[in-house]
Amino acid sequence: MAKRIDVSGLHVYYGDFLAVEDVTMTIEPRSVTAFIGSSGCGKSTFLRTLNRMHEVTPGARAEGKVLLDDLDIYGPDVDPVLVRSEIGMVFQKANPFPTMSIYDNVIAGARLNNKRMSKSEADDLVEESLRGANLWKEVKDRLDKPGAGLSGGQQQRLCIARATAVKPSVLLMDEPCSALDPISTLAIEDLIHNLKEDYTIVIVTHNMQQAARVSDRTAFFNLSAPGKPGRLIEMGETNQIFTRPEQKDTENYITGRFG
Amino acid sequence: MSTRTTQPPAPGSKTGGNKFDLRSGTLPRRFPAALLAGCAVVVAGVLTLFSSFGLILWALMTAVAYAAIIVATSVRVEGGRKAKDRLVTALVYGCFLVAMTPLVSLLYTVVVHGMDRFSPYFLTVSMNGVLPSMDAGGVYHAIVGTLAITGMATLLAVPIGVLTAVYLVEYAQGRIKKVITFFVDVMTGIPSIVAGLFVVALWIILFGPGHTNGAAGALSLTVLMIPVVVRSSEEMLRLVPRDLREASYALGVPKWRTITKVVLPTSAAGLTTGIMLAIARVIGETAPLVLTAGSSAVSINWNLFDGQMMNLPVFIYSQFRMGGAVNYERAWAAALTLVLIVMLLFILARLVGRFFSPKTR
Repeated sequence: MAKRIDVSGLHVYYGDFLAVEDVTMTIEPRSVTAFIGSSGCGKSTFLRTLNRMHEVTPGARAEGKVLLDDLDIYGPDVDPVLVRSEIGMVFQKANPFPTMSIYDNVIAGARLNNKRMSKSEADDLVEESLRGANLWKEVKDRLDKPGAGLSGGQQQRLCIARATAVKPSVLLMDEPCSALDPISTLAIEDLIHNLKEDYTIVIVTHNMQQAARVSDRTAFFNLSAPGKPGRLIEMGETNQIFTRPEQKDTENYITGRFG
Repeated sequence: MSTRTTQPPAPGSKTGGNKFDLRSGTLPRRFPAALLAGCAVVVAGVLTLFSSFGLILWALMTAVAYAAIIVATSVRVEGGRKAKDRLVTALVYGCFLVAMTPLVSLLYTVVVHGMDRFSPYFLTVSMNGVLPSMDAGGVYHAIVGTLAITGMATLLAVPIGVLTAVYLVEYAQGRIKKVITFFVDVMTGIPSIVAGLFVVALWIILFGPGHTNGAAGALSLTVLMIPVVVRSSEEMLRLVPRDLREASYALGVPKWRTITKVVLPTSAAGLTTGIMLAIARVIGETAPLVLTAGSSAVSINWNLFDGQMMNLPVFIYSQFRMGGAVNYERAWAAALTLVLIVMLLFILARLVGRFFSPKTR
């Protein structure tokens, strides 16, 4: 079940340093939202606050509201562990668990949480998730082999299968293709296109063509000056952002005048 | 364009002139080995001629002659940079051999002296009812003691050490982390005899004077083992990439499960190696065991909580102190036994490490 995310007045701090300032945005369900912007402008940091992943970094904290449908995930009695099982994440570098086989990697979310499931249920979940990640055909004969033996692109799709196997409603992707070749990138982009029927997808990317290809809506982040916090400059339909941006900074960025 | 390609790329090029050349002279591939063999033969001949042949002198002079000749020829044929490389290569190999000498010599001596008495009989009987000067008796009771005491020390030290490391790496922050790390370092520096005295004092408080047993020995070894286990485990846990922890958190897995099911399995091979090194560190401890487990047991005793317990290092020490020929033989054979046990442990650690380590195919 895809869910809507409403962010209002969100500030993100590392210790005393304000990294991202006052972001308010709405992320629509069953669509792909892309975050673009130059390095260090806080788009990855902001992405990580959407499933409270930034809390893993010592000293990081966020102030403001993030509503998942109607529930504030920063509410006082909300468990971040449960938030993360509802909002999955795929990382820049493919990170399959090195001690586990392909099969075990896919059901890691269930296994690590000690969910009871029968052999046939587990088999079904693995097949469904790998098919969903367009990886089933390539690995179905070697499910018991280590996940670390796959190619970079296959590993990234394995990580996507692993993330979707816990049935989240939102999938966050932090530059999922930046370490991949164009063909693997295309495979992942096709996959994103299929996944958006069931999930709310947020993707951070440095590649503006990629943002234009995969996303329905685009948000542009920028720093007002080096050392200043990053802010959301503009957000809108991808088409509009890339053809008729309202802000001068956005236009400069997407036409390659800086960044 | 066509003239450019034949020009030298830089005016400062060493070959000078207008020739563009990237080749340089090279000594034949087998030249160093042949030269070394030649030097060895010639030096041996010269030394024999002056009838002053000695192994150390011969090795030293061969090395000097080889280094001098290879550098001289290399300067002429190959140039300065490669000559330096040859010199440093010779130096590094030389240092390696010098460093290996004590190790090889030690193992050789232990094996040669140890083999006099090392036999299945020696390994399977104790000293019970054997007078120190009799041509009989063996080391079985000491092997039992070493395995029992070290085993119990491992059982006590590994959980404490690994869990401390987990706490330091995964949970501790700021001041408390610094304090714990500092005290672990202090513990590393405790002389082993002091660890022994500590347990003696503790046993007197708990059970009154005159209680020496295996458990006391195990506890003193535990004190020595814990800091080693903490330090090595800490390094191994730090090597586990943050990515893997984050991947696990992103699946909605709580922190403690992430540690037990992702972090610890990923670092299992390194943890095992560290634990084995810690065992090797304490298995040869003598002083604390003389104080705590006693030095006069002669019979087989599997019970850590009842009576004195002999073990290999103390056995070696007490036999050596008796000073008869047969005692020396026993001491060497026991030393060989101890070395073999440590070697077996290392091989075991390697196999276990290979079994646990992450695989890619």
